[in-house]
Amino acid sequence: MSAELALFLLLAALAVAGAVSLILQRHPIHSALSLIVVMVSLAGLYLLLGAEFIAAVQIIVYAGAIMVLFVLVIMLLNAGVEERTNLSRMAQYAGLPLGIFLMVLLAYAIGRSTVSQAPPAAAAAGPAPTKALAMMLFQDFVFPFELTSILILIAILGALVLAKREI
Amino acid sequence: MVPISYYLVLSAVLFGLGVVAFVFKRNIITIFMAIELMLNAVNLAFVAFSRALGQLQGQVFVFFVIVVAAAEAAVGLAIIILIARNRQSLNVERVDLLKL
Repeated sequence: MSAELALFLLLAALAVAGAVSLILQRHPIHSALSLIVVMVSLAGLYLLLGAEFIAAVQIIVYAGAIMVLFVLVIMLLNAGVEERTNLSRMAQYAGLPLGIFLMVLLAYAIGRSTVSQAPPAAAAAGPAPTKALAMMLFQDFVFPFELTSILILIAILGALVLAKREI
Repeated sequence: MVPISYYLVLSAVLFGLGVVAFVFKRNIITIFMAIELMLNAVNLAFVAFSRALGQLQGQVFVFFVIVVAAAEAAVGLAIIILIARNRQSLNVERVDLLKL
């Protein structure tokens, strides 16, 4: 077993364990910390896939900014242990089998598809991946990139208006 | 070299776990976290395909997905604060105004 495969299996096990822990924990803050484990191990997987920039953004934006926002809100609202209510029957009896069915179906379809059989393409020649990504982002995708600034502006305004005590 | 299908299967498993968490959890913040988990699973598939095809468009898409997720988290958490203020509870079963 090559070192890369071992690293992949380790990170994948960590990610799946974090996701399972997110479901099993009853306190939202524990779920949030489990989600951070998933995100950090996904950043490791991005590094294995040769996407350094995305790995850095994953750590900085997801594990950093977004999860800090989540933890802040959990603490602000003083969210306690999830109260045990009678789950809706559909969620109780159909949720788990359907979720597992979805997982198996997706895994089966991926296993049969042709793209997953093809050997991975060699790393693209030319400039370093991050530089090529920047070229693409600021040349081919410059219009959507500029649109995201408007999206974020609207999101900031929306969050401010919503969370204000009186309008 | 790890086959690309391993990454895709991991992505499918994480997405399925996100769906299960979305259906099972009763706390509105945890449900929101399940959505983030599903977005992460899709991002992994994007990066894996980007690697498999030797093109960078997938990584650009992941970048945009992360931007949209950040905006979504900001607005969604503001809505959650409003709900908690009005209902004094984070349980989604208490938010039943539209239920028959």
